[in-house]
Amino acid sequence: MTSQSHALRQTIRQALAKRQDGTVTVLSSLLAVEDAIGYIPSEAIEEVADLTHTTVNDVWGVASFYTNFRFTPPGQHILEVCWGPTCHLLGAPAIVKAALDSLGLASEGDTPDGGVTFKYNTCLGACAQAPVMAIDHQLVGRATPQAAREKVSKLQAPKDASGQGRSVGARQ
Amino acid sequence: MTQAYAALKHSAQERERLREAQPRIRVGTALCGLAAGAGEVEEAFRKELQAKGRGAMVSEVGCLGLCYAEPLVDITIPGGPRVFYGNVTPDQVAELVQSHVVNGRPVAQRALAALGGGPALGIPDLHDLPMMKGQVRVALRNAGHIDPTDIDQYIAAGGYAALDKALSEMTPQQVTEQVTASGLRGRGGAAFPTGTKWRFIAGSPGPVKYILCNCEEGDPGAFNDKGILESDPHTLVEGMILAGYATGASNGIIFIRHGHEGPIERSRAALRHAYQAGLLGKNILGSSFSFEAQVSLVGESYVSGEETALMEAVEGKRAMPRYRPPFPAAVGAWGKPSNINNIKTLSYVPEIIAKGGAWFAGIGTERSKGTAILCLSGSIRRPGMMEVPMGMTLRHALEEMAGGVPEGRHLKLLQTGGPLGGVLTADKLDIAMDFDAMARAGAILGSGGIIVADDTTCAVDLTRLLVAFCQYESCGKCFPCRLGTTHMLEILERICRFQAQPGDIDLMRDIGKSMAVGSLCGHGQLGFNPVQSALNSFADEFAAHIQDKRCLAGVCTGEYLTPQRSRR
Repeated sequence: MTSQSHALRQTIRQALAKRQDGTVTVLSSLLAVEDAIGYIPSEAIEEVADLTHTTVNDVWGVASFYTNFRFTPPGQHILEVCWGPTCHLLGAPAIVKAALDSLGLASEGDTPDGGVTFKYNTCLGACAQAPVMAIDHQLVGRATPQAAREKVSKLQAPKDASGQGRSVGARQ
Repeated sequence: MTQAYAALKHSAQERERLREAQPRIRVGTALCGLAAGAGEVEEAFRKELQAKGRGAMVSEVGCLGLCYAEPLVDITIPGGPRVFYGNVTPDQVAELVQSHVVNGRPVAQRALAALGGGPALGIPDLHDLPMMKGQVRVALRNAGHIDPTDIDQYIAAGGYAALDKALSEMTPQQVTEQVTASGLRGRGGAAFPTGTKWRFIAGSPGPVKYILCNCEEGDPGAFNDKGILESDPHTLVEGMILAGYATGASNGIIFIRHGHEGPIERSRAALRHAYQAGLLGKNILGSSFSFEAQVSLVGESYVSGEETALMEAVEGKRAMPRYRPPFPAAVGAWGKPSNINNIKTLSYVPEIIAKGGAWFAGIGTERSKGTAILCLSGSIRRPGMMEVPMGMTLRHALEEMAGGVPEGRHLKLLQTGGPLGGVLTADKLDIAMDFDAMARAGAILGSGGIIVADDTTCAVDLTRLLVAFCQYESCGKCFPCRLGTTHMLEILERICRFQAQPGDIDLMRDIGKSMAVGSLCGHGQLGFNPVQSALNSFADEFAAHIQDKRCLAGVCTGEYLTPQRSRR
């Protein structure tokens, strides 16, 4: 075991030990890991299998089912745009296009420098403020292509000044 | 009244009196508020008050439903009216603090509404706002008024009195009888009578039985479940404990989608505080009834809102539906008898027990009792959340209350009841909103989401999007759904690219039939519904795409920016 992998396992074990909700399941364990480090490394699959007395196959089965899980480290920042019907009708496609163009991406994924991850979200929960996007889980309502471009250039600035405001996502 | 409850109520009222003795600023910080910038506004108030050296209580409340006016802030000074300010920006905060908090003069020209003495200042009363007039707020009675993280405010507003009444005066059967008498039907979409459902599980043997509260709310366009969790989680907790008492259940689980911090944290806090107050746990309020409750999170999966898939997710597995029978009331989560209710259904229960089933049955229509909690979004002047009596016409809700579509636009269609619910055309506005009338018109009231589309919308493009959602969210267990949604999406995409092949519509109908008969849950069974519904009303638009190779609304370009992966 490399020392890097050892440290990762320590982090994973801590995340699993300090979760809040009573019942320990494969899914609740995976969510705890995702909250802590933003992705599910293979070390986490093994740790969760050990903890819940099941097999790595079973854990992979659950992890691959839910679309929120990813298996490589996410970008430093996450930009999500809602593609639900309300947002779609009020202009989400143009926002998606503007965001992808400014990031140089063709679709969902990470920029080559690992700076920004672009994700679709099926519903960010603030339909009355549509179209909605989220930067690092902080919601931005009544979004426009222009706003998306501005947020992207802010995220890509060397010393980023984002991070004010409040996160509505579960990531701490 | 139990002694334990009398003591809780007394101390809650004492603390409420102390709060009323100082200036109060409430900021709406539900998801809609935060998306509009409420976080920055709240921060600005705290800084400004500190700079001015003024003591005032700044608290976070949930969603009043006036989402169009977010960020929404209200200010009360002792003895004065409660004044609501809409669309507040951080740069207006200094003026509001100086004039209203420091000098005691509400800023009338910036005010949206007031409670208690508004008209004297030339400010309309809150209940006279078009969006509020005509509402009957039962489940939303406290939303936007109390701090959802403060159990005292819920108790001071009469909270947990119904639980106290049930535990001290009523048998479990009597609680179920009141719910049956109320005519309450499930608000998750299926509209099944709640009292009947409770009787199924009440008859199952214990000792371990579950009340599962479904707040998964995967329907895009619906945000009332999250709205209740963020605004008044205790009304759900109280309803869930009452359901537990009525059915002899031992445990409650609040089931929420991972990722929405506000609703999750506020529900967790509500459970913690209820435990501390002796309203959960062993011997609740000194009675012989015990009930445990916890929050359970699920990953992103639309199908996990289906009741048997939900039980799989609670057990930590892939959220795929189970075969029925056995039904959950006999064999549910972890093989134990389980009762699944939507959060809105349970949130009505405290008021039904407090005021009696007959009171609730007096609201609404013959077969749809009570209220509908609507979420209006899309092309509408005043998007938001409102609770109206069942039987109100769509026209009244959309035009009188929400202000209709914006100037210069024309209403084209309503998409109701979630992505599987189909569309209603503009000529159907005079139907009454209740379960049966909506069903007769070919739509579903469902969870109350109403997405308004104007004449810039292409019905074919919208159908493609709804099917893309169904395809993306198919859990993959039943192949007619897994393959059928994928195939339908392929066909709709080529229609939108003006490359339809002869017989495409008939092919979709065939696929739809296979999905309806070959799928375990509603996702596949109703998967053709959005297409069928659009074909019924907008056949001409499909024909234009297929035969004339053009999009009447000028929307379809052949470029699809939606996630294009089959995920399972």
